[in-house]
Amino acid sequence: MTDSIIQPRAHQMSEEGAYLAVENLTIEFPTPDGPLTAVNDLSYTVGMGQTLGIVGESGSGKSVSSMAVLGLHDTKRTKITGSIRIGDKEVVGLSESGMRKLRGNAVSMIFQDALAALHPFYRVGGQLAEAYQVHHSNASKRDARRKAIEMLDRVGIPQPDRRVDDFPHQFSGGMRQRAMIAMGLINDPSLLIADEPTTALDVTVQAQILDLLQDLQREFNSAVIIITHDLGVVAEMADDVLVMYAGRAVEYGTTKQILSHPEMPYTWGLLSSIPDVQSDTSARLIPIPGNPPSLLNPPSGCSFHPRCAHVDKVPGSLCSTTLPRLTPASIGTAHVKRCHLADPDAIYQREVLPEIAPDLVEEN
Amino acid sequence: MFAYIIKRLLTGVVVVVLVSMAVFALLWYGPESPARPICVQETSNRCTDERLANFEESMGYNNPIYVEYGKYAKGIFVGREMALGGNTIQCDAPCFGFSFRSRALVWDELIERLPATISLAIGGATLYLLLGIPIGIAAARRRGTLGDKLLVSSFLVISSIPYYLFALVAWLYCTLVWDLPVLGDSGYTPLLDNPAKWFAGLLLPWLCLGIFNCTAYTRYTRGAMVESLSEDYIRTAKAKGLPARTVVYKHGLRSALVPVVTIFGIDLGILLAGTIFTERIFEIQGIGLWGLRAVGSFDLPVISATAMFGAIVIIVSNIIVDVVYGVLDPRVRVS
Repeated sequence: MTDSIIQPRAHQMSEEGAYLAVENLTIEFPTPDGPLTAVNDLSYTVGMGQTLGIVGESGSGKSVSSMAVLGLHDTKRTKITGSIRIGDKEVVGLSESGMRKLRGNAVSMIFQDALAALHPFYRVGGQLAEAYQVHHSNASKRDARRKAIEMLDRVGIPQPDRRVDDFPHQFSGGMRQRAMIAMGLINDPSLLIADEPTTALDVTVQAQILDLLQDLQREFNSAVIIITHDLGVVAEMADDVLVMYAGRAVEYGTTKQILSHPEMPYTWGLLSSIPDVQSDTSARLIPIPGNPPSLLNPPSGCSFHPRCAHVDKVPGSLCSTTLPRLTPASIGTAHVKRCHLADPDAIYQREVLPEIAPDLVEEN
Repeated sequence: MFAYIIKRLLTGVVVVVLVSMAVFALLWYGPESPARPICVQETSNRCTDERLANFEESMGYNNPIYVEYGKYAKGIFVGREMALGGNTIQCDAPCFGFSFRSRALVWDELIERLPATISLAIGGATLYLLLGIPIGIAAARRRGTLGDKLLVSSFLVISSIPYYLFALVAWLYCTLVWDLPVLGDSGYTPLLDNPAKWFAGLLLPWLCLGIFNCTAYTRYTRGAMVESLSEDYIRTAKAKGLPARTVVYKHGLRSALVPVVTIFGIDLGILLAGTIFTERIFEIQGIGLWGLRAVGSFDLPVISATAMFGAIVIIVSNIIVDVVYGVLDPRVRVS
């Protein structure tokens, strides 16, 4: 069975063929306790100039699926099935040397916590130059250094010709993340994957980094995947949103659709747990009850059912016995969800929205 | 950095002075009169209390300890005249006295024995680094596989044998049982006298030191590599598209080497201060064997000299380790 036939037509590019197309991707790690399915039958597309936000809790498979795009999993310890196409190249099963030509070149990745992700013993400029030289074998050291300075300048690092010789620990947190971004963009990648790029930063720096990413995307017209658990980041950056839970896509559509008419209780939970700066300071955060499920021994039926507050609205024990398929949402076309609820939008408007954004309900 | 090294050297000097005082005092207040060994020797085992008192008087042991320590310290810097069994001999700086056993100046004996110990220590240390680090890297890259497990457990067996037994068995078999051509002929010949013989004689001791100690270096390297290869920056290096070799050696090994170099510096210091078992088993006339014989014959000046030499070598190697550490890890570089 292929859930993936139903694809949202969120943007024009995907009609002409997306730059990145992931189809039925399943990633399994053998563990002493049996196989662990970290990503299960996942499909999505990203077009040039488009941004996809992948949202989910820790362990939902968002980073694991993106690392597969770069082929960063140990092939001996990972079982990957399905298809990942970058441009017109199939990446699943691609040789290590073929993969290496793509990494950091056509596809690059920005990691969270740049302090840990940059090598502490090498100068920032050296690390950038290395990324350039590995894909430009005839570039001289001086060319690579000039390129590194140019990129540092581009991401807004002051006095780049001096800071290029600094070590990562001499940079501030925000500057390190900028350097990380500069390294990711040094070979003009067509696809940039940003794995929680702002998680380790304070709020004002977060906003600067997100702005920078957006500017650079406009400039380079690259496809961007931004992995986050922060729907605020998604609202600001993404054209499309993919919500993941326990390794599966549970809701996928345009950002506008997902944020205004979410149809999956897990997405409601994510929306409810965003603190609102404007609300009463005594207002309590609404967490999603329970813990992320074990991937070794996932719940039967819908993986979210043990934590779902709306199970009783579904007839019988459907939620705990049958895995819901990704079906088109009731409102809008560019939107799929994985839920048994018959009229999720009505429930959302009636029960969830008043609780999380009372002023929005009044406006309606 | 320069000021830091000077500061470390000054503290080092203070430590050496304290060590020399401690050794001097310990031997001074020891259970046996420091003059007895020389008295026994000079009188052909007829050292009566009266004669002993004479020796104590002539050697200055009746003076207060600080006076004698002062003379001792002065001798190190400017030399001194020393009484030896009725004669007075000139002992030039650096004067550490004369050996009770051989009557030779301690400093001359030290200089004479130093090349053997240095040859032994440098060769052995080179060998265990050359063996331990590559094996450790290979094991770390294959961690969890059968090969890795076999290696780790077999190395555990080697390192659980006491070293003296390991070296003794090696010597016994190579020399007495099999009478091997080169390995069976261990001993020390000065490098400048005959380089080939120097090498041949030291080969078995080097192998013993190298093979035995490389197990520890394999473990350190393997542990440090497993840790560094799981760091985020290794993932970054892979994500840049770097070849596996560059990822492992330039990015992984670079950080894994820091703890290994630290341990190596201190170990090398300990080796230079005297490899007692190796020198004893292979009859290499180095500092370790010299110290061992001095202890056996209560040769106080030699004992003090070996103790101070050991302290100096270990302090210097610690300072070198700190400096190298700063070179390797820019985060600890002192500005």
